[in-house]
Amino acid sequence: MNEKTNLFGFTLDQLKNLVLSLGLPAFTATQLAEWLYKKRVSSISQMTNLSKAAREKLENDYTISRVLPAKVQTSTDGTKKYLFPTQTEKFIESAFIPDDNRATLCVSTQIGCKMGCLFCMTGKQGFQGNLSAGDIVNQVQSLPEFDQLTNIVYMGMGEPLDNVEAVLSSIEIMTADWGYGWSPKRITVSTIGIIPAMIRFLEKSPAHLAVSLHSPFDAERREIMPIQSVYPITTVVDEIRKWNFGRQRRVSFEYIMFKGINDTPRHANELVRLLNGIKCRINLIRFHPIPDTPLEGTSIDGIMEFQNRLKAKGMTVTIRASRGEDIFAACGMLSTKELLKRQEAIDF
Amino acid sequence: MTKERKLHKNKVESIHCVAYDVYVLRFRRDFDFIAGQVVAIDLEPDGQPRLYSIASGEKDEYMEILFDEKHDGKLTPALSRLKPGDTIYVSEPFGTFNCNTDKAWWIAAGTGVAPFVSMTRSGLAANKTLIHGGRFDENFYFAPILEKELKNNYVRCCSQQLETQNYKGRLTEWLHNRHSFANDITYYLCGSAEMVVQIRDILIARGVPYHNIISETYF
Repeated sequence: MNEKTNLFGFTLDQLKNLVLSLGLPAFTATQLAEWLYKKRVSSISQMTNLSKAAREKLENDYTISRVLPAKVQTSTDGTKKYLFPTQTEKFIESAFIPDDNRATLCVSTQIGCKMGCLFCMTGKQGFQGNLSAGDIVNQVQSLPEFDQLTNIVYMGMGEPLDNVEAVLSSIEIMTADWGYGWSPKRITVSTIGIIPAMIRFLEKSPAHLAVSLHSPFDAERREIMPIQSVYPITTVVDEIRKWNFGRQRRVSFEYIMFKGINDTPRHANELVRLLNGIKCRINLIRFHPIPDTPLEGTSIDGIMEFQNRLKAKGMTVTIRASRGEDIFAACGMLSTKELLKRQEAIDF
Repeated sequence: MTKERKLHKNKVESIHCVAYDVYVLRFRRDFDFIAGQVVAIDLEPDGQPRLYSIASGEKDEYMEILFDEKHDGKLTPALSRLKPGDTIYVSEPFGTFNCNTDKAWWIAAGTGVAPFVSMTRSGLAANKTLIHGGRFDENFYFAPILEKELKNNYVRCCSQQLETQNYKGRLTEWLHNRHSFANDITYYLCGSAEMVVQIRDILIARGVPYHNIISETYF
């Protein structure tokens, strides 16, 4: 028996191709999209404005399958970390972060990651595979707090722009009229700076961009982020400078602060020089230590001093509140533990 | 896909299968490069090119890459079917995974040896030790030139071949068994993210400062 194809995660264009191939009217695609993402039904039989014949045709080869979280950890501050199983017996994580009048979901885009950053727990899993658009949107739609969500950030496991097509499709589902109909201003995609994919994203999506910067010096960034050998941060910033960021779309730079590594006045000055002329915000982030790391986080006082130094030079700088520390909300901690329980030694 | 780098038309000079599903693709060299750099390659001028480390030397008249065919991949199955004279599209070389003449260790798994082959062919083998992990003896690509240039400083860790003249075991095992590591030299790592992260963790745990470890991962 053939395995049925999951419709969840199809964009409108993909649904149009599908219905036409089945000999159904083109408008059926919009009906399908609305059932999937607006009315959020769990079976084709619930799509009552489709003809019986159309439903039968679809049910022969297609299904709607969403995956519920297998585990949840709740922090004392209200942050929740959900663990979703994948079809390949791996795990991905999503973090739900409520905060006064905002509720943000941090979604994963890959199982593991190929980037190998020194400070990242997900990197310790290596790369297990890309998530589909459906896998990404599933983290949103299967969230018990779906109706509370105000913002989505693509900052979970994996490098989003190493899976750029699935990321773009998932954003389309969230922002289209036939999908959730959300404003793209509610969505931020983070990247380490894979330049060709970043250009593709900027061309195709109006969502916000966040760049993981972490050191303004090429040579020093290379010591903590292997991607630097291929796409230097100075080149990434030069590319960003060509794009218009203002009210509609924002760019921010993420800066995890490591004691004695990237938190000195020399780093602050170079950061100002590097980002000169770009309308942006710098997000300073406390480092959540991971096992066996040689890196230490900068103290809160040190972070504030760095912030003041940047502000004095006219930069817009925020310090990201640390959330969910008691449940290791930093990406990769929970799924890496689950993976390592099951994993055999990798052969090289 | 929009690229920040233009792809230039080029011609395949040769393609050789050097191990099961592993190929060396040779094409015309149109640009100078520094050993350790990569090129973006595709079969069409406006597609989604993939990056490959250059394996040939800086002075060679041709350019070579080493690639592993991924059967579910978008590009490598087509690359493996190329024939001499076929057209490919290649970017100018770029990247900064480069080393100098100082003493250093090169550590690679599988086709991750390519940049170190390029460095060897470019005259940078003196003062270097290469530790290469592979499943079978056939996976120690370019072994003759590496043996010739690196002599005893060329360690091959063979994880799956039952009878081998090389170290029988994983690269990580060889490193774990080593008594000590110099902490004042640079360690260059190239391979999959799993490999790079595991080796980096071993080196750091054994006292090598993280800033003496330079990594390149496949992506």
